[in-house]
Amino acid sequence: MKLHKTLLASTALTVAAATGAHAAGHGMADSMTLVSWGGAYQASQQNAYVAPYLEMNDGVSAAWDESSAEAVAKLRAMNEAGNVTWDLVDVVAADAIRLCDEGLAMEIDHDEVLAAAPDGTSASDDFGDLIVSDCFIPQIVYSTTFGYRTDLVPEGVAPPSKICDVFDLETYPGKRALEKRPINNMEWALLCDGVAKEDVYDVLETPEGQEKALAKLDTIKDSVIWWSAGADTPQLLADGEIFIGSTYNGRLFSVIEEQGQPVGMMWDAQVFDLDGWIVPAGLPDDRKARVMDFLKFATDTQRLADQAKYISYGPARGSSASLVGQHADLGIDMAPHMPTDPKNAANTFLYNYEFWADYRDDIDAKFQAWLAK
Amino acid sequence: MSDTTNSGPMLAADGTPLKRSLARALRRQKIRALALIAPLLIFVLVTFIAPIADMLFRSVENQIVSETLPETVEALADWDSDSGEIPPDKVFEALYIDLVIAEAEKKHTRLGTRLNYEKTGVSSLFRKSGRRVGRFDTDEYTDALTEQNPDLGAPATWAAMMEDSSVRSSLPLTTRTWDRWAAYLISDGENPAEEKLEDVLFAALYFDLRDGASPSDPRLSSLDVSNIEPVDLPASFADADKDWLDPSVWKTIQVYSPNYTSGYFLNAVDMQKGPDGAEARPENQQIYIMLFQRTLFMSLVITVSCIALGYPVAWLLANLPARTANMLMILVLLPFWTSLLVRTSAWKVMLQQQGVINDTLVWLGLVADDSRLVMINNQFGTIVAMTHILLPFMILPLYSVMQTIPETYLRAAKSLGATNWTAFWRVYFPQSVPGIGAGSILVFILSIGYYITPEIVGGTTGTFISNRIAYHISSSLNWGLAAALGSILLAVVLLLYWCYDRIVGIDNVKLGG
Repeated sequence: MKLHKTLLASTALTVAAATGAHAAGHGMADSMTLVSWGGAYQASQQNAYVAPYLEMNDGVSAAWDESSAEAVAKLRAMNEAGNVTWDLVDVVAADAIRLCDEGLAMEIDHDEVLAAAPDGTSASDDFGDLIVSDCFIPQIVYSTTFGYRTDLVPEGVAPPSKICDVFDLETYPGKRALEKRPINNMEWALLCDGVAKEDVYDVLETPEGQEKALAKLDTIKDSVIWWSAGADTPQLLADGEIFIGSTYNGRLFSVIEEQGQPVGMMWDAQVFDLDGWIVPAGLPDDRKARVMDFLKFATDTQRLADQAKYISYGPARGSSASLVGQHADLGIDMAPHMPTDPKNAANTFLYNYEFWADYRDDIDAKFQAWLAK
Repeated sequence: MSDTTNSGPMLAADGTPLKRSLARALRRQKIRALALIAPLLIFVLVTFIAPIADMLFRSVENQIVSETLPETVEALADWDSDSGEIPPDKVFEALYIDLVIAEAEKKHTRLGTRLNYEKTGVSSLFRKSGRRVGRFDTDEYTDALTEQNPDLGAPATWAAMMEDSSVRSSLPLTTRTWDRWAAYLISDGENPAEEKLEDVLFAALYFDLRDGASPSDPRLSSLDVSNIEPVDLPASFADADKDWLDPSVWKTIQVYSPNYTSGYFLNAVDMQKGPDGAEARPENQQIYIMLFQRTLFMSLVITVSCIALGYPVAWLLANLPARTANMLMILVLLPFWTSLLVRTSAWKVMLQQQGVINDTLVWLGLVADDSRLVMINNQFGTIVAMTHILLPFMILPLYSVMQTIPETYLRAAKSLGATNWTAFWRVYFPQSVPGIGAGSILVFILSIGYYITPEIVGGTTGTFISNRIAYHISSSLNWGLAAALGSILLAVVLLLYWCYDRIVGIDNVKLGG
């Protein structure tokens, strides 16, 4: 009899708790699983908008999953298993396009879901061309660019300032670090093989153009260390293993400004890329409502500008640019460290999503075969 | 004893024949044994065997093409791919119907990704065409047909009409299209009898009527399509993307239309489907055979280095006094308890050009400062790091076997006049072979599937086939190819295991005692 009563009581309590939570969140789930990259980038998201959001919404919790690098594969597997446990996923634009293609990400009406700029500009106009897919909500613009050891520049020679200096082993001897994939490397190689910037992708479409790019890379192949994790180049630079290497500009910022290493930036022919959120397709209504509520807050003008206090990536909203201030700890102006700063952006590329969606498999097969030779 | 002779079967105490009674008892025992291991068996089946089987099955699976483009696949069957011409209009009509429905279901881009593995450019071809196909001029069919019979503009009329078996049999294409469209709406939570009718339904009806269908249903019999101007679908598709006028795109669809394909396996051995069956890939794309060979070769080198380094250590462990041996054992196990990533990264610090070893060599004057040794990001680095990581897997089985070899054997051999070497080689070594066998199998099979260490320290010449498998699983999403590569790797390992069993004998492997 007693046991029966206890059971009844606890059931009643659970029901009460469940309905209570339900009422408090207006049909919104009270927890979210956010997926990001870990490290300094995830910390900037936590500081700029996740922590403030949780403070405003009592009783809501957020868990991080550092799986962005494998997000597409994992989401596909979750979708096949019929159990998507993520609520919001941070991915690069190319992956957002693939997730949208596969029907794994939800299509978003940007103007309806996201906040307008303070001056009333609609979200889709504020983000502009950066909305590269119907499923994609851009957060930041980052770039893949070069850092070099200032103490290893040969005497009497100006520090490297042009992309082709990477291919110039005579003037700038020493090892290089390049990413172990064709994207970006092929473009840089063609650019330094005399192809005009506007023709790069027309040339790269042809097998001859691909051969040409690989032949150019061949000239430095023996001096290249190929990296696959963004942390590799900063480590190689800090150890003095390489003279110059490509990586994400935020990583170089941290090597130069936060760790004080003798490293300089070379912004020439930096390749812009985007990073942002996608919402997995098929979320239950309560979780979706929570995520949408969070998204509206986390991608508004002020929040994106706040993120730049913690990491040197440019906010994706046009209206955020003027609000970018100083680094939260170092107290230095962040604007000159942004890839989008006019001084840094004299010569830039934008990652060509459509081209690489088509040619990725083909060129990668050739690139890997070339690498292994 | 002749009086007890009995030709009948021997009986148990309860009168049943002893043979049957024994069989029953044995069966009961077997069932009980099976019931005891059942939880483990089911666990292994559900969490291990089934997922692996499912994954391997993907290496031949190819339903996506015929499921997404059923009409096109059928219409394409008669097309001669060697003719050098684009397929007839009928195929474009079929593609139009398939693509409209696939676009609604958001499947066309998935198919594009799949076919892009075989033909570069198909991915954007499907993405672009999917965006455009809803805006083709096929609304002309809708307008013309609803003008002749305004009733056809009502979804309820269609829903009722498509219930009628005589209508269904006289309008095959329309029926199939309606069924797919209705199934999509229902799965989306909509009611087909209320949703807006799409142009694709009228287009299908037009195609049926133009091809001579004569439905007796009064709602349809009055329709006359002879003066409806046909829409030029090939031109519309070409307008969306000119690649539709390229016969090789159609050929790719045709070649990969069967439900099962050998394409992934061919790709995994550097071959492809050509006009006359399988042919080698262009040389600048061949990589997998080389990687398989490299994986096997390097695993062998790692196994041999583990034997060479592990054997003396195991001998010391087995022959030193217990206290010292225990100390040594902890030293063997210590790296075993350290994170794999930490150990691999430590090797980076040791071996790199500005690393500890090079610094020491330069300081000793053995190596010039400008010609430091390259010991990492190549095969050497992978072999060193992996030998270190896998060494305990060799030492432990060796040690447990050596412990069981009595010291007295060696002493006896020596007292009979054998030299140290002869005593070791003729007496001790043969008894330790089972340990070498067990250790080698462990190390070899572990290293053949190793992934993280070659990825970090392998550079370009020290990576394994597993790095490509991981790439295809998590980056290129070509799971079919990854499954084919994985299946081949599994087959190679089983084959080697079988060879080992034939040559050395698997009974001759001991993990201990």
